[in-house]
Amino acid sequence: MSTAVRARRREALTAYGFLTPWLIGLIVITIGPMLASLYLSFTQYDLISAPKFTGLTNLRNLFNDPQFWTSVTVTLRYVVISVPLVLATSLLVALFLNRAIRFLGLYRVLFYLPSLIGSSVAIAILWRVVFGADGIVNKVLALVGLHHDSWIGDPSTSLYTLIALNMWAFGGTMVIFLAGLRQVPTNLYEAAAVDGAGWWAKFWHITLPGISPLIFFNLLLNTVHAFQSFTSAYVISGGNGGPANSTLLYTVYLYQRGFVDFRMGYAAAMAWLLLIVLAIFTAILFATSRFWVHYRGDEQ
Amino acid sequence: MTGVRPDTDLVPAAQTTTFPMGVLTRRNRNPVIKAIARHAVTIAIVIVILYPVVWMIAASFRPDGQIIGRLGLLGSFTTAGYRHGWAPDSSLHFSRFFLNSFVIAALSVVGNIFGCTLAAYAFARLRFPAKRILFGILLATLLLPYQVTLVPQYILFAKLHWLNTYIPLVLPRFLGVDAFFVFLNVQFIRAIPRELDQAALIDGCSSWGIFRRIILPLSLPAIGATAMFTFINSWNDFLGPLLYLSNPSKYTVPLGLNLFIDSTGTSSLGSLFAMATLSLVPLIGFFLASQRLLVEGISTTGIK
Repeated sequence: MSTAVRARRREALTAYGFLTPWLIGLIVITIGPMLASLYLSFTQYDLISAPKFTGLTNLRNLFNDPQFWTSVTVTLRYVVISVPLVLATSLLVALFLNRAIRFLGLYRVLFYLPSLIGSSVAIAILWRVVFGADGIVNKVLALVGLHHDSWIGDPSTSLYTLIALNMWAFGGTMVIFLAGLRQVPTNLYEAAAVDGAGWWAKFWHITLPGISPLIFFNLLLNTVHAFQSFTSAYVISGGNGGPANSTLLYTVYLYQRGFVDFRMGYAAAMAWLLLIVLAIFTAILFATSRFWVHYRGDEQ
Repeated sequence: MTGVRPDTDLVPAAQTTTFPMGVLTRRNRNPVIKAIARHAVTIAIVIVILYPVVWMIAASFRPDGQIIGRLGLLGSFTTAGYRHGWAPDSSLHFSRFFLNSFVIAALSVVGNIFGCTLAAYAFARLRFPAKRILFGILLATLLLPYQVTLVPQYILFAKLHWLNTYIPLVLPRFLGVDAFFVFLNVQFIRAIPRELDQAALIDGCSSWGIFRRIILPLSLPAIGATAMFTFINSWNDFLGPLLYLSNPSKYTVPLGLNLFIDSTGTSSLGSLFAMATLSLVPLIGFFLASQRLLVEGISTTGIK
């Protein structure tokens, strides 16, 4: 055996030494539970008696469960409305800030602050008060002569308070766009200006393609996160997704079934459905990306 | 990925003739007025966004009766909310919750740095069988929704009699379960010149020695970002403690706040607001202390 082979073997052993904690985590905390979750989704399990294999019963019950469909509708509305709004707001503000402006560093910090604290319970509590019957939103509306009841207590508006909260925390996305805008080569704009291109033409033909990888990244991340939001909806609705199930996000319903009713099999089936939906969404997004995401040649 | 240009690149609009972008130069309006208008709009947006938080801070210093139903910031001044929420003899005793949250966050930070840097070093520097497959799995778990592992993890920790302990919240960090941070550190270590490793190797360093003496000190920015975001995630985490902690003496701050809403009406809003405000202090404090590292970290790596 040559020394090279021996060195290689030693290196592999060392590598697996370094990887040991991660590998244990991967097997015991990630892949093991993933597979267990898949198995449980075909069983009935209440944590006390042994899991009972029931085949596709969970899936059939899910599809016949009106509350499940409510949670799907609520979640889709939440995602489809809030993600484009967050992306558009972030991009607009980033475009606005992407000029020679003094104090940019300070502004960036202030815009970013909400995304740091947006998913905390403290802000959820604040939101309950801000959008309450006597909250500051209604106080501002009263100044211009408009009167409204609690935005949280009204099932037709409650979901929009959650969407507003998600939008409020647009700073994280904005900071990524801002970084991208500053890397679009300025000579492209100069060349376009020589050719007489207007503001819109520059935006459409230079800016948008230039930051399309970041649009892709932000769209993917924001959508995946929005599908999984839990804390704000749970705290603002007092844990039940109310009023009248109007804020029953998928994860809140999953939590109720799994950890309030202890229907573990049912919750596991819901979790795997979510995984499949997100996987399909991600695959579609990646498949379409080659039509609209442009990577500059001078980058790797 | 290239870093963001530092702010010093930005020259104030009024003093320059060559803008970074040629967008403004075509028009001949007074650049000073334009700059002022731009600042005015920006500040207006900032005020709209941050006003609710400022309002909450102000409200936390007002007596219970003067909290709801006001748009302005002023009123009588009192620290009763803070004293009542913090006091050990009150039913909810937030000094305990803050201590619990800090213990969990500190252990999570240590754990995540331990688990992630070890794995990251192996992926970034060493050759071993199945490396490509394992790295592929790492990337695949980046987007894995946490709900998929939630139920069996809960069952596992329940069977091990670890409910109502901090183990379920902390142990996964030591095992580098959050793929994002492993990935972040891999990317960073890859950028460290290999010549340094080779020099250390010639000087007789083992892999462990290279890791400890070269890689760890040089990847401090990545470790700092890992620490910061782990702290923030742990401090804000609500679902984990909600699942695993049932004894109020073990509660974290977010659980305490949530319990507070349930158990009190509008009568002690002052304390609720005071404790909610206080719960934001470590987040904002850490953030401001390291905002450069953090914001530039986000814009180059995409953590949220």
